[in-house]
Amino acid sequence: MTALAVVAAAAQVAAVLLGAPLVVGGMKQIRARLEGRAGAGVGQPWRDLRKLFRKQQVTPRGTTVVFALAPAIAAGSTLLIAAIIPLVALGSPLDGAADLFGVVGLLFLGTVALTLAALDTGTAFGGMGSSREITIAALVEPTILLAVFALSVPAHSANLAAIVTATAGDPGQVLTVSSVMAFVALVIVIIAETGRLPVDNPSTHLELTMIHEAMILEYAGPKLALVEWASGMRLTVLLGLLANLFLPWGIAPADPTVLEVLVGLLAIALKVAVLAAVLAAGEVFIAKLRLFRVPELLAGSFLLALLAVTASYFLATTSV
Amino acid sequence: MTALDQATPPAPTVPADPTAPEPRRPARGWAGASGAATSLIGALGVVVGLIAIFGPPRHVRIDWLLPLAGVQFDLDPLGGLFIAATGAVAVATGIYAVGYAQREHWARVPLLVLPLFAAAMLLVPAAGSVTTFLLAWELMAGASLVLVLAEHQRAAVRSAGVFYAVMTQLGFAAILVALVLLAAAGGADSFAAIAASADDVAPGVRTAVFLLTVLGFGSKAGLLPLHAWLPRAHPEAPSPVSALMSAAMVNMGIYGILRIDLQILGPGPHWWGLTLMVIGAVSAVFGVLQASVATDLKRLLAYSTTENMGLVTLGLGTAALLRSSGAPTVAAIAITAALVHLMSHAGFKTLCFLAAGSVLAATGLRDLDKLGGLARRMPITTVMFGIGALGASGLPLGAGFVGEWLLLQSLIQAPPAGNTLLALAMPLSVGAVALTTGLGIAAMVKAFGVGFLARPRSAAAENAREAPTSMVLGMGLAAAACLVLALAPALLAPALGRVLAVLPSLGGDVVGPQLGTYLRLPGVAGSMSPGLLALALVCAVLVALLIARWGSRHRPAPAVVPLWACGADSLSPRMQYTATSFAEPLQRVFDDVLRPDTDVEVTHFAESKYLVEKVTYRARWVDPVEQRLYTPVVGAVTALAQAVRRAHTGSVHLYLAYGAAGLLIVLLVAK
Repeated sequence: MTALAVVAAAAQVAAVLLGAPLVVGGMKQIRARLEGRAGAGVGQPWRDLRKLFRKQQVTPRGTTVVFALAPAIAAGSTLLIAAIIPLVALGSPLDGAADLFGVVGLLFLGTVALTLAALDTGTAFGGMGSSREITIAALVEPTILLAVFALSVPAHSANLAAIVTATAGDPGQVLTVSSVMAFVALVIVIIAETGRLPVDNPSTHLELTMIHEAMILEYAGPKLALVEWASGMRLTVLLGLLANLFLPWGIAPADPTVLEVLVGLLAIALKVAVLAAVLAAGEVFIAKLRLFRVPELLAGSFLLALLAVTASYFLATTSV
Repeated sequence: MTALDQATPPAPTVPADPTAPEPRRPARGWAGASGAATSLIGALGVVVGLIAIFGPPRHVRIDWLLPLAGVQFDLDPLGGLFIAATGAVAVATGIYAVGYAQREHWARVPLLVLPLFAAAMLLVPAAGSVTTFLLAWELMAGASLVLVLAEHQRAAVRSAGVFYAVMTQLGFAAILVALVLLAAAGGADSFAAIAASADDVAPGVRTAVFLLTVLGFGSKAGLLPLHAWLPRAHPEAPSPVSALMSAAMVNMGIYGILRIDLQILGPGPHWWGLTLMVIGAVSAVFGVLQASVATDLKRLLAYSTTENMGLVTLGLGTAALLRSSGAPTVAAIAITAALVHLMSHAGFKTLCFLAAGSVLAATGLRDLDKLGGLARRMPITTVMFGIGALGASGLPLGAGFVGEWLLLQSLIQAPPAGNTLLALAMPLSVGAVALTTGLGIAAMVKAFGVGFLARPRSAAAENAREAPTSMVLGMGLAAAACLVLALAPALLAPALGRVLAVLPSLGGDVVGPQLGTYLRLPGVAGSMSPGLLALALVCAVLVALLIARWGSRHRPAPAVVPLWACGADSLSPRMQYTATSFAEPLQRVFDDVLRPDTDVEVTHFAESKYLVEKVTYRARWVDPVEQRLYTPVVGAVTALAQAVRRAHTGSVHLYLAYGAAGLLIVLLVAK
């Protein structure tokens, strides 16, 4: 591990920290323009964050330390994921400490912290949001694990750097049946996990439909800012992971030069921006699903991932 | 099973059955002596277990104790691991039981039997011969039955006791027949001698022994379809007993399968491993589904035991299948996964049941729909249950994570080359494990979030008091074990290495996974470091907290304000989600599997049909396996008993005639 590898890891954490609100703002702006509105501008989430951070710390009566700590756990676990996964460069110092399963686990640790905080308030909305969120999470987790499995069979490892290296070394893999199915499954779970359309609409507060928003109704001021920031970072990190798992070009090697780190930074920023733009544009054309149709969507992606795994296993069987 | 009243406030709860006579109160010292004895026996078990793991093999024979066969104990690393784990569970439970038995006024019989039960469980893995094993097994089963019936004044306990007695004895019969067959075929009583001549055992006998032992041991481990005693006996037994049964006794089922089927008889044909995998996967998914809709805290934990034993069995099956498919390295990962998960299950399940016991002792409630708000009234118990639940949910930093990670790795790393069987079995198993993990998180979030956070939903929960010192100490010990298993599984590494070496049929001759600061897998790229991950997460959370201080100079002083009540005056506990409503979406998703029996009852005001006085919602989950499999069997047995009863009229003449006829038949056959 060289000093530059550490620099690259720090760069990707910083990029996620600073870039996440811009990703959210950019998506909102694209939606606004496509819907014929002027939009608030790409920097609006940053302005919102600054405003929220200066507001009063408010603790709802009767809540415990679970409620107080959950935003920090959600944000912290996402930051840790940003430090682990290969976004800018391959050789993160924490690469050996967690593989894709570990990353998925960390992702759910953040989800669980927020659902528990929502239950902690003891309000009807909190319970509703957390019940819905955990139902979706319980169905999302198996799909992610299966899609990961499908990707790790050709690489013979669940280690993220190994998967990315294997894909970069053999670009044909991206277009195999199993990869395409795993890609679709992953896209569906990322949409579900980050609470985007058609699973959840991030821009409504309609009690019948909301999931994520219902959980965080009691948060205000700096804590709300942290929750919003964390949710933006989750989206960014997952989009970055998706981009590098399937399109690993431009990523700096484990032992990078300064130039390679810069190229890697630029490449991941570009990839995430394009993916976010596509996602935002797609959201304009779809309506939110009824809550109880969501499990059908997720069951579909689960089956897709299962098929992907079986296919990749059989393909590996025939190719060896 | 739950009855949830959505319109009337929950009535103050009376502990179970108010008409039950007050149990006899033993002297205070009895509870202390019983708990101390259990802990001492447990500590002895830990020491003996460690000696067995790291020392040379030892044999103890006591001929005079049992005519003809004698009693024989062999200490080897495999048995030693189970002895040590059981001992550790007994130490924590014994300390806890001192306070619990005093608080719950245990009678003398259960107090006497508690140490006996712990001792019997230590004897099972130490047994070195078929006779000794069966004796120890039966002692363990009998002692546990007495303990399940400790609160026999309640009808529910008696019913659970009968159920448990029948199931455990049927399981014992299966094991007895299997071991007798094995001893006869092997021509010896001691396991060592049988193992030496195991290759000569006829294939038919091997198959019969495998099937019978999987049946018998599987029922003890709570595997499908013989799991039905678990969700009955665990909730009704006193909590320290539930902890001992769920964290230590079910392990004996796994031990039996490991010892008899995989060590002595193994490696078996492909279908042995496959059978274990199927049983394990089905048990895991079924158990976690039932747990995710259960509203009885201890019932939820009991189903979680089925789930975790399912995962362990899946690991054993994977190891057996991979070994017979010629992949010993990955088989070693699978067996390590099974053992690590078994150990961590022992840790977190002890903790969960002990914490549930504290809640039960403080409130008289197991129903999550009536709990809540315990975080403020019982902070230590809440933290303890939180640590246990984190372990049970298989998330990073929890005790269950390492085992599940190893299991998934073994499934992923299986060599696909030219093996259609593996190509089908492995992905499906990953699917089952993944589904189990996802739903397990939901079940544990429900248990912790609804049971301990929010506001109390009943007067009993409102007036809860923290558990006494000895109970807190017992839980603390179990929690420390959980944290060690979660963050530094390296401590298990030397013991697991020794155990792996005595399991030649499961990859003992290859290098197992290295459980250091980094968990490394032999021959494959892939590593994980739970301790480092925990450290990094703590740092990351601190960074997040630091970020949250941004702009704090401009902030007004922090304030505590009421929760937003949607414009109403104040929130009442009845507005909260309950465990039933929390699990409703999941129940709806898995409607076809769970087949809930729901009914909604609307009571109108007498004056007008348009005004609703109250709405009652009930949901009952009938275990489909129980309904489809057990009801016909119970019906058939009852019919048979009826038929036999007809022959018993009470007439002495008739009985004499039976005797004469019997004698005639014997004479005819003997001739």
